[in-house]
Amino acid sequence: MAEATEAVLAGPAPQRRLRTALKNGRVLFGGTVLAALVVLAAGAPLIAPHDPLSQDLISSFLPPSWAPGGEAEYLLGTDSLGRDILSRLIFGAQIALTVAVVASFFAALIGTFLGLLAGYYGGWVDWLISRLVEIWMAFPAVLLSIVLVAVIGTGLHSVIVAIAVIDWTRFCRVVRAETMVQRRQDYVASAVTIGLSRRRTLFAEILPNVVPLLIVLFTLEMGIAIIVEAILSFVGLSVSSDTATWGGLIQEGRLYINQVPWLMVLPMICIILSVLGLNALGDGLRASLDPVMRR
Amino acid sequence: MSAVFLLKRLILAVPTLFGVTVIVFVLLRVVPGDPINMMIGPGATPQDIQQLREIYGLDKSIWDQFVIYLRDLAHGQFGTSISLRQDVLHLILGRLPVTIELCLMAMWLAIATGVWLGLIGAYGRGRWPEAAVDGFSGLVLAIPDFLWALLFILLLGVAIPIMPISGRLDFDTEFKPYTEFYLIESLVRGDFHVFLSVLLHMILPAVALALPLTAIIARVLKSSINEVMTQDYIMMARAKGYDRRRIIVREALRNALIPTVTLTGVQFTFLVGGTVLIERIFAYPGLGNMAVDAVINRDLPLIQGIVLTFAVLFLVINLLVDLTYAILNPRLRHG
Repeated sequence: MAEATEAVLAGPAPQRRLRTALKNGRVLFGGTVLAALVVLAAGAPLIAPHDPLSQDLISSFLPPSWAPGGEAEYLLGTDSLGRDILSRLIFGAQIALTVAVVASFFAALIGTFLGLLAGYYGGWVDWLISRLVEIWMAFPAVLLSIVLVAVIGTGLHSVIVAIAVIDWTRFCRVVRAETMVQRRQDYVASAVTIGLSRRRTLFAEILPNVVPLLIVLFTLEMGIAIIVEAILSFVGLSVSSDTATWGGLIQEGRLYINQVPWLMVLPMICIILSVLGLNALGDGLRASLDPVMRR
Repeated sequence: MSAVFLLKRLILAVPTLFGVTVIVFVLLRVVPGDPINMMIGPGATPQDIQQLREIYGLDKSIWDQFVIYLRDLAHGQFGTSISLRQDVLHLILGRLPVTIELCLMAMWLAIATGVWLGLIGAYGRGRWPEAAVDGFSGLVLAIPDFLWALLFILLLGVAIPIMPISGRLDFDTEFKPYTEFYLIESLVRGDFHVFLSVLLHMILPAVALALPLTAIIARVLKSSINEVMTQDYIMMARAKGYDRRRIIVREALRNALIPTVTLTGVQFTFLVGGTVLIERIFAYPGLGNMAVDAVINRDLPLIQGIVLTFAVLFLVINLLVDLTYAILNPRLRHG
């Protein structure tokens, strides 16, 4: 009884959940990383001290400013063409975040739709979709993405398509399982009793209850997408090498690894931080949004 | 294990392979952009382009191209690479042994370390060894192999430069190989200087490839041993007074291996797929590295050949896994 009163006094459930989520250290860390990414990506032209494309061949391969030989003008040093690394990292965040959000969105869209169908209708629909997921997942992702890029051609759009086409299965499997659980809940029976159509029950009643799970999956998928984008720009199958990407910087760093190791270290730190941050955010949100784990 | 079982598996592989062949063909034919334009300079005349299209059979209808393609495949002809202007099969056979050696080394590392860690974790259940094994697999799986490979390069190639980080052999090594299996060949010929060089070049990429699989094997084996340990026949062994180590190794391990083998098989295909990236990172001259170049150059015949080769590799692995599974599982062995 006392617990119930406390719960009522603490405010409506969603706000309360958000508050508990924010108290979670992982959510706080991940949220900060995500916020930093958004700020860097959105404000890149304002924040970056230099144009990421402007070359200064006289000052190529400058070390970070605090190292011997570094210049204050180039805080994190310069690359082989004398381009400012800090600015390239900041503009790289733009590409990373764009791919992370757009690719995850489409992966979520396809996966959720098919997952809802499979979980709610069952029968042959479920059988067909489940087999499709199985076949899809049997093929190694790296190889599949390379074949896809070979087909569509290099570029940002093909990276996004490749990630969405490969990773929808992650959403589909989880959403299917959750839909099957939700389908047996009383509120679904009530919705059917008052005469809601099956489609309406699925999209207006069940879908909102899957959303917390989707948020978690989406966050985790963003981390995966950042890695895949970095891999594809590293092997030279993403945007052209002029455009600043973290993977592209790593590739350049790999070429000059013995002369200028920081060229590879800096974008790696960006990727590791973003991925660990997004994973922490996903795990933390799962802990506070998932009713089973919350208890 | 019966011959029927083996035959059934082999027959099942045929439609899968055919399916892959069709998918690869169709996918690569709907490519926007003309591969001929990619390979030819801007000064080419329309006649030159037309002539090349005929040479590569690109002027025929899709259906004709498919029939020709299937007929050539049946004759072991994969066509001519557009970017390298060499026979595709010859190119692939030159690179395949490199990748196979690397994968076998990685798999051996993963199984040896993974099983050992799994056993340690199960033996030290509820104490620090289990926590250490869990911590290791958690850390390994939290960071993708792409970043592990780069970290190895930074740590062992640059910060403490004790390992080679590019290529397959030192530049100054004199070695006239008869086969592409350098590691095996140098060992057989007793050329230990070369053997050591090949081995050293192989270690970092192999470890990077093996890491995720190691963690997964350790994790699955540990939990399946823990599960098996609750069964009656283990109680029996305990009642007989066998010590814990003997029970785990001699009684529990065999049954606990079944789920591990199934999973290892699936994961091993991912390991083979991972060579595409890892070989690129370590400038290792294998099939995966060539695959990336082929895609960058839009070299259709070469891409087709490489993807088909990978598909055959996956099928062979799955077949081997099924066989191992059948050997381990008495119900299938006698069924």
